[in-house]
Amino acid sequence: MTHAALQGGFADAPIASAHAFRAALAALSQPGTLHQVVGAEPPAPMSVAAGVLLLTLVDATTPLHLAGAHDCQTLRDWITFHTGAPLVSADAAAFALGTWQALRPLDRFGAGLPDYPDRGCTLIVEMPVITASGARLTGPGIAREAHLSLPEVAAFAANHARFPLGFDAFLTAGATIAGLPRSTKVEAA
Amino acid sequence: MTDQAYNFAYLDEQTKRMIRRAILKGVAVPGYQVPFASREMPMPYGWGTGGVQLTAACLTPDDRLKVIDQGADDTTNAVSIRKFFQRVAGVAVTEATTEATLIQTRHRIPDTPLRVGQILVYQVPIPEPLRFLEPREAETRKMHELEDYGLMHVKLYEDIARHGQIATAYAYPVKVEGRYVMDPSPIPKFDNPKLSGSPALQLFGAGREQRIYALPPFTHVVSLDFEDHPFVASKADHACDLCAATDSYLDEVIIDDDGGRMFVCSDTDYCGGRRAAGYVGRLGGQA
Amino acid sequence: MYVAVKGGERAIDNAHAWLASERRGDTALAELSIAQIREQLTLAVNRVMAEGSLYDPDLAALAIKQARGDLIEAIFLIRAYRTTLPRLGASVPVDTAKMAVVRRISATFKDLPGGQVLGPTFDYTHRLLDFKLAAECAPETPATAPPDPAAVPHVTDFLNRDGLIEVNPQSAAPPSDLTRAPMELPASRALRLQALTRGDEGFILSMAYSTQRGYGRTHAFVGELRIGLVAVEMEIPELGFAVQIGEVELTECDSVNQFKGSKTEPPQFTRGYGLVFGQTERKSIAMSLVDRSLRWAELGEENTGAPAQDEEFVLMHADNIQATGFLEHIKLPHYVDFQAELELVRKLRAEAYAQQEAAE
Repeated sequence: MTHAALQGGFADAPIASAHAFRAALAALSQPGTLHQVVGAEPPAPMSVAAGVLLLTLVDATTPLHLAGAHDCQTLRDWITFHTGAPLVSADAAAFALGTWQALRPLDRFGAGLPDYPDRGCTLIVEMPVITASGARLTGPGIAREAHLSLPEVAAFAANHARFPLGFDAFLTAGATIAGLPRSTKVEAA
Repeated sequence: MTDQAYNFAYLDEQTKRMIRRAILKGVAVPGYQVPFASREMPMPYGWGTGGVQLTAACLTPDDRLKVIDQGADDTTNAVSIRKFFQRVAGVAVTEATTEATLIQTRHRIPDTPLRVGQILVYQVPIPEPLRFLEPREAETRKMHELEDYGLMHVKLYEDIARHGQIATAYAYPVKVEGRYVMDPSPIPKFDNPKLSGSPALQLFGAGREQRIYALPPFTHVVSLDFEDHPFVASKADHACDLCAATDSYLDEVIIDDDGGRMFVCSDTDYCGGRRAAGYVGRLGGQA
Repeated sequence: MYVAVKGGERAIDNAHAWLASERRGDTALAELSIAQIREQLTLAVNRVMAEGSLYDPDLAALAIKQARGDLIEAIFLIRAYRTTLPRLGASVPVDTAKMAVVRRISATFKDLPGGQVLGPTFDYTHRLLDFKLAAECAPETPATAPPDPAAVPHVTDFLNRDGLIEVNPQSAAPPSDLTRAPMELPASRALRLQALTRGDEGFILSMAYSTQRGYGRTHAFVGELRIGLVAVEMEIPELGFAVQIGEVELTECDSVNQFKGSKTEPPQFTRGYGLVFGQTERKSIAMSLVDRSLRWAELGEENTGAPAQDEEFVLMHADNIQATGFLEHIKLPHYVDFQAELELVRKLRAEAYAQQEAAE
């Protein structure tokens, strides 16, 4: 384990994770809104936002899947040191991290059980940039409609179609997060 | 001042993470009851441990907390819970609904409209709306899975057959986004319409029963009814005797040995605000 | 004139001060020390440790003092404290065959290796109030014998040798933890045993008693009851082996129960198991009966609808902290709910009168 793996965690975990959780909660409960987070400085290629989400939400009880370029030794070490999350294959993951391209195909991830839909996976999708434009979003958390620069429409539309089963997603870019729960109806703008 | 003997907001970080994950899944599947490993809190089960755990998992030092029980900030259990968070989280508190960022409530939705960015945390005794029709968890879980809510409709229909109307005055069941039937906690049915389309995020916590569920802002919530017996949000047919409000939920207070009574807003902040603005009810001048 | 109910905070503070003074009682009398409670009210301390799920006699004694002897309140204090403790790790399973027994009896064999050890039991005391205890008096010095270093094998192992009793399932899988994951039904036997060992003694006792009276018969004998200290060991990753970190007193009960056998298995006895912190004999025996009763499906027995066969009923109602909290919460104000019902009943009555009048 390198020195870098020990750096970049929350300075004051109870306070930093409280702020980060509220940002995540606002993002997921109001799809299409963008939120800034701070406090984590993970090694590349992970964004600050993804790092903050991991420090806030995962631990030894939450299996995590790293996809594509995010599945590298530097990140594995960093995540293991700071969270203790077991690193697992896609089908066993409670959380998954990677670019959209790397996360696909999405049917690898758990969608929950008909009697326990909460067991669906949470995807953290690393994006170059996130804007409140693009795909049209309607549903819980949205007064009329919202827009979000999703990497793709069809996959999210299909995910919503199997509600209450499905995955839930956070989009991350730099220090920005946005949320897209399975309850959101997604259409091309 | 925060009590240094305890972690911020009392719960340890691992417990908060577990609760936070459950809250996010609750938000993602509105109205569905997410099981969570409720912890033993330093107040009794049934006294708001579910709500307290939600509040503890959500609070930041920037929050301004309001706690109400039966609509009032000064009922003993509301005072006790507010004091707890002042002690373990050092959080600012308020009685003003408009100033609060997080409101923990038992049995009421404030009469002052909520806004985007506010969180309303409900204390829930029995989260399962079907529980008194079917006591077994294995059975009710199946009913939710299959969207089999026939039992609930039969119960409501039996009410109509016996009483001529649906005889449920509080904890009146609702359907969320056309999918899950949900218990709104024991709020009077007068409050039910406020559940739907609320700009605030609504979180429900049942500690003893180990369940968390949520209504994101602007979620469509419908009180169960029948076409020929539509839902009616009723309250005492009076105006508040202190502030003259006709749109607030009222408590009935016995004021003498001859059965004399008065009606006053259950939402003490709402009533106080109106009186401060100059509204005077039937007995308001003498109070 | 109506005055809004203000001053909740002051009322609470005053109530707490009054409570503290009542707890202390007459200050002319010496105050109870934690050590006195720990040493002289040991069985109360044991119950608080068992149902509080925390092995710490001093803390349990403190809780009993603070709770004015209300054991459920004391258990609550311990549970709430326990929740805040960090988890440093898990011990390796304790080996009760290596227990240093102070009491060990079997109802199934007259004598057996290791012997019958009566130990400090109430069993054959005549329940006559001992008025000598009303005054301070030193007890007689009990007879002692040198400790026997030989291990005391489990009675059920003798039966096991001949295949007369079912083999306990062995598993290296870590059991789920009732206090860290929400209860999911049907529950594993490990989870059921956790719920029973911290369940209310009175509830578990009554459930067990009901099986003896025919509500899901268990036909149980005490195969063995043993009480004593066992070593608690923990694997230290840096060392690569387990080291002893302390010892705990446990009461273990193996009940031996009838079993008719099936097409694939010849008849053999079955087991019920009880393991509880401290000297907690009644609880441990009761636990083993309820455990056995809840195993009806696994053993291919008939579900007679008995309460003690109903896993959800037993597990969801065994915890006295959950039960007392919810029971007592009806003391809290319910003005709002009551008002809603009041309006409804008035409306229904008005409609009923109107209908009567219309009919007359």
